[in-house]
Amino acid sequence: MTHNLIFYILAGIAGGIMGGMGLGGGTLLIPLLTVFLDVNGKQAAAINLISFIPMSVIACVIHAKNKLLDIKKALLIALPATATCVASSLLAQRISADSISKGFAVFLICLASVMLVTRAYSLWRDACSALRAYPLFPRPD
Amino acid sequence: MDKLKNFLSLHRKTATVATVTAALLTGIANGLFGGGGGMLAVPAYTVFQGMETKKAHATAVAAILPLSLISAIIYIANGNFNPSFGYYVCGAVIIGGITGSFLLKKISSRLLEFIFYGVMLAAGIRMLNR
Repeated sequence: MTHNLIFYILAGIAGGIMGGMGLGGGTLLIPLLTVFLDVNGKQAAAINLISFIPMSVIACVIHAKNKLLDIKKALLIALPATATCVASSLLAQRISADSISKGFAVFLICLASVMLVTRAYSLWRDACSALRAYPLFPRPD
Repeated sequence: MDKLKNFLSLHRKTATVATVTAALLTGIANGLFGGGGGMLAVPAYTVFQGMETKKAHATAVAAILPLSLISAIIYIANGNFNPSFGYYVCGAVIIGGITGSFLLKKISSRLLEFIFYGVMLAAGIRMLNR
């Protein structure tokens, strides 16, 4: 182990908080582990997958009680995704950990860009409508 | 976006095809990278299926649970679990997760989302340039 255990624990807590807030914990945990703690991409993936299981079992029970779970729609994604998931997990075992990290990096950059652009657009739209509602600005219509 | 949602609510078949396509990509991300499937499943539910955000999050967690279970088994079977720090990180994630679900109700999520995606972009670039 090249780093102090406390850093691993801090990375786990940071990833967990993000996951608990519904922002995608793995997308934070995996970069933290690979970039700052030099964990190899596959080991980081394994940790993320394992720690997701107990968390999501608890979450599912709570969500089911609150009637937020739509089982039919869950299956609509779970069934086709299981097929590609098995194939890609097996494929991942044959690829080097470094290429997995690189692939994940590209995936993160694409997702983050799309998210930032859509969020910025909705903020801009809200700001425009707020300005229009403000009486100091004369309306063209 | 609203126009797209409207269109999909009228064309159920197209919506289903789009959702299944997103599901296939979710599976690939989850298996290949060991995470990030939720980032695809949640928008698939809100945009393609017109679900509200809270419900979409809850349902996405349920949909990804079996995927993570299968992937975790395959990863562990191939010796990718490092017990020297693995147990500690997993424990920490669970503690953080419980904290996060309580924090969720208290912090304005909009600013947080912006910061989060900014960090995500930076992390991606950093990972690529290592």
